[in-house]
Amino acid sequence: MNAATSARLRYALPALALRGGVVGWLSLIVALPVVVLIVRGLSDGPAAFWSAVSDPAAVDAIWLSLWTAGIAAAVNAVVGTAIAWTLVRWDVPGRRLIAALVDLPLAIPTLVAGVLIIALFGPQSPLGKLLVSGGMPIAFARPGILLALLFVTLPFVVRAVEPVLEELDPAEEEAAFTLGAGQFLTLTRVLLPPILPAVAAGAVQTFARSVAEFGSLAAVSGNIPHRTLVAPVYILGEVEAGNPGGAASVSLVLLALALGMQPLAAALARRGGRA
Amino acid sequence: MRSVRRRPRGAAAVVFGGVAVWLTVLLLLPLGALVVTVAGSAQDVLTQLTTQQAFDALALSLTAAIVSIVGNGVFGVAGALVIVRQRFFGRSLLDAAVDVPLALSPVITGLGFLLVFGRSGLLHPILDALGITVVFAWPSVLLATLFVTLPFTLREVALVLEEIGDTEEQAAATLGASAWQTFWRVTFPNIRNGLVIGTTLTTARALGEFGAVLVVGGSIASRTETATTFIHAAIEERHEAAAYGMALLLAAAAIALLWVLQRDRSAITTQKGGV
Repeated sequence: MNAATSARLRYALPALALRGGVVGWLSLIVALPVVVLIVRGLSDGPAAFWSAVSDPAAVDAIWLSLWTAGIAAAVNAVVGTAIAWTLVRWDVPGRRLIAALVDLPLAIPTLVAGVLIIALFGPQSPLGKLLVSGGMPIAFARPGILLALLFVTLPFVVRAVEPVLEELDPAEEEAAFTLGAGQFLTLTRVLLPPILPAVAAGAVQTFARSVAEFGSLAAVSGNIPHRTLVAPVYILGEVEAGNPGGAASVSLVLLALALGMQPLAAALARRGGRA
Repeated sequence: MRSVRRRPRGAAAVVFGGVAVWLTVLLLLPLGALVVTVAGSAQDVLTQLTTQQAFDALALSLTAAIVSIVGNGVFGVAGALVIVRQRFFGRSLLDAAVDVPLALSPVITGLGFLLVFGRSGLLHPILDALGITVVFAWPSVLLATLFVTLPFTLREVALVLEEIGDTEEQAAATLGASAWQTFWRVTFPNIRNGLVIGTTLTTARALGEFGAVLVVGGSIASRTETATTFIHAAIEERHEAAAYGMALLLAAAAIALLWVLQRDRSAITTQKGGV
C-alpha cells in the first residue's frame, strides 16, 4: 500500500464525519424552517392560499414593496455606477472616506438606518417640521421608504461594478474621446457595454434586498395599511394577529421572488466577471 | 498596470460633485443629525441607557454575537472545508443552502423558526418532552442570530481555501500526518485571516439583527430584548432619548467594526503584493 492510498484511507472517516455534521446542521437550521414554511403556506389548501395573498391589504403591501424596490434598483444602477467610476478612474478628494462610506450600510444595523433617517427627517427635527408644513413629509411616508432602501442597498451596484471597471483599460475611453467620439458616445459605446452585466447584477441584488427589507422600513414607513405598509411588515402584522397560515402564504410570494432572484444575480455576476 | 489617476475635470467633476452630494444627504447628514440629537439631550440619554433594561438588552446582543462568532466559526471552517475540498452528490445544493439566510426577509426567517420551534410548531412535542422552551425565550434569540450570520465566516474561509489550493494539505497527508494534524498545522494557519474577517462581519450582523429576533423572541424586556428590539420598543413607547442613544451606540460599534475590517482587508492585499 503506497503513501497516497494510506493517506486517503486515514482521511476518509474524518471527511465523512465532517460532511455529516455540516449537512445535519444546515438541514436543521436552514432547510427545515424553509420547508415547514412552504408546507404551512400551502397546507390550508389553494383557496386559503389565494384568499391570503389576494387580501387587498396584502396585495397593496406586496405591490408597494415591488415598485419601491424597482425604483431603488434603477436609481442605484445609475448612482452606483457613477460612484464606482469616480472611485476607480479619478483621484477624487477623500477617496478613502468615500470608499468607507459606501461600505457603511453593510455594517450599520438596518433598524439604526431607519432611526438615522428619522433623526434627520422625522417630524421632531427642524428639517422634518419644515417638510411637514410644506406638505411633503419624508418620514412615515413613501419618500422615507425609498430613502431607507437607497441607504441599505447603496453598496451593491458600486461593489459589483468596481472590480470590472478596474480590469478595463482607461486608455480605451481616452482613445474614443480623443478620436472625437464625444462624452455621450464614449459613455454608451465604450464604457457601458462591458460593465452592463455587473450593473445589472448589482441592480438585481438591490431589488431582492429591497423586497426583503424590514428593519429600516419598520422604523421609517409609519406602517399605514394600503399606503406605507410594505410586505415584510404586513407579514409581521399577520403573525402578531395570530394568523401564521396567512403570513406563511404571503411569505411564499416573497420567498419565490428571493429564490428566483438568486440564480439570476449569480448568472449576471459570472457574465460580468468574464467581460 | 493601472494608469495614474488624475483629479476629475469637466464632466467627471460634475459626476463627482453629484456623488459627494448624494453620499452627504444619504449618509453623513442623517449620522450628523443623530449625533446632534443625542448631544442635545445627553443627560436624558445617559439616564435611559444606564437602566437595567438597557444593560440586559446589550448583554443579550453581545451574548448572541459571541455565540455566533464561536458557533459559526466552527461551522464556517467545517462547511468551507466540505464545500471546497470535498466532491459528493448534492454539494451544489449545500452550497446554495448556505446563502439562503442572505436572501430571506428577517421576518420570514422568524416565522419559519416559529413554525418549527414554536408552541404549535413541528418540533414542539420533542422540545416539550425535553423541557426546553425556545420561542419567546433566550434560546430563540441565539438560534435566529446563528441563522442570519451563518454565511459570513464560511464564505470568507472558502475564498481563502480556494485560493491556497490543496497541495500543502496533500503533501502533509502523504507524509503521514493525521487529518487532525494536517488541519491544525497546515490548513488553519492559512485560513486565519479569512477567519478574522468572517468574525468581524459576523459580529456586525449579529449586533444588528432585528426582524428575526423580534418575531421569535417577542422582545420581552430584560428577557428576550436585544439592543435593536430595545430601540424598537423605545420608539413605540415614545422614549426618544433611549432609542436615539442606543442607535448611536450601535452605529458607533458598526463604524468601529468597519474600520477593523478595512484594516484587515488592506493588510491582506498588501501581503499579496497588491495596491
